[in-house]
Amino acid sequence: MDRVPILKLGDILIVSIQIDLQDQSVLALQEDLADAVVTHGARGVIIDITAVEIVDSFIGRMLATIASISRMLDAETIVVGMRPAVAITLVELGLSLGGVRTALNLEKGVALLDGRGAPAVRR
Amino acid sequence: MTLRGDADRPRVEALLREREEIIFKRWTELAASAAGAHENPGALAVRLREIYQALLRSLADGGDATELRGLLAELSRSRAREGFTPSETAVVVFSLKEAVYESVADGGDFATLRGFIWFSKIVDDLGLLTFETFATAREKIIADQAEQLLELSTPVVKLWEGILAVPLVGTLDSARTQVVMEKLLQALVDTGSEHAVIDITGVPAVDTQVAQHLLKTVVAARLMGAECVISGIRPQIAHTIVTLGIEFGDIVTKASLSDALAHALRQSGVEITGSGSRRVVVGTEHA
Repeated sequence: MDRVPILKLGDILIVSIQIDLQDQSVLALQEDLADAVVTHGARGVIIDITAVEIVDSFIGRMLATIASISRMLDAETIVVGMRPAVAITLVELGLSLGGVRTALNLEKGVALLDGRGAPAVRR
Repeated sequence: MTLRGDADRPRVEALLREREEIIFKRWTELAASAAGAHENPGALAVRLREIYQALLRSLADGGDATELRGLLAELSRSRAREGFTPSETAVVVFSLKEAVYESVADGGDFATLRGFIWFSKIVDDLGLLTFETFATAREKIIADQAEQLLELSTPVVKLWEGILAVPLVGTLDSARTQVVMEKLLQALVDTGSEHAVIDITGVPAVDTQVAQHLLKTVVAARLMGAECVISGIRPQIAHTIVTLGIEFGDIVTKASLSDALAHALRQSGVEITGSGSRRVVVGTEHA
């Protein structure tokens, strides 16, 4: 089973999804991420889905679940690099990822967490 | 048509060859008068001559009408492009029947008359062929134009660093909205813009379906990390939207494009100072 690596940048954790996600790897990622947030005392989690070309409701729910877990541990989740086709698919599926902040790319995501960038998406 | 007709077929074939000049002359006269005022008689005669020759060859070859059909299809296509009605084109072919009938009636021969019935069926088929080609050619023209319209009518323009605008003009349907949505989202990625203005000044009517499309576009942009403002809402459209009970929720809507631009600039932290002593701070609703 492929495990998704979790990178640490200051007090931000970066997860870049580069593989086809299976149910098992998603569950593992959620556990690993929760552990990592607690271990490093992270205040932000950035999930980079630039490489994700196909989404279904399962992936959509995964993102929402990770956001909920992180929020519980006082870390903010930002999803970055969503492709247009992916965004359209999620909208057609009726998933608006409530509670998850988004940014166009990793750079803007980091800026958002640092409070430097203008708030892109406010809910 | 009938066996007897088939049996009398050679008589008509012979007639077509013997009286070629008379029949052809009469055909061009009838066709030119039936073809509509804006037809060039000379050009038509040249085409009809080709078609008549091809018809004779096809009869001599025993029914191989490939060349004849090709010529007729070409005639029909060019006339479709020139704006003739399909009837005007079909009448050109059908008038051959009349021209031949005059020659048949001159002869007064009953067997030739039976052969004419067979010939009449051939001409009917050819007339139908022009009709079909005409419809196909027209459909192709319409499809091409629809595609061109789709490409032309959805530009994504850059208003400011990090601010894009989509001025929508014309009626929105599912196909168009899909194109707009894809183009806008792709442009957001390409330019790294965090703000987009969808201007619907040129949209004549907003119904629940159009509103649904707009909402989807805004939500999709949000998912990617960009914020959309909808602008150019005319008073009647605002009225319609409220009457229909459409909820735009927390999506920002502005009356004019300039208001939307001011909003987007404020959101991205840009401040503009006016010329002279008057200092205009972009950020108020009346800016």
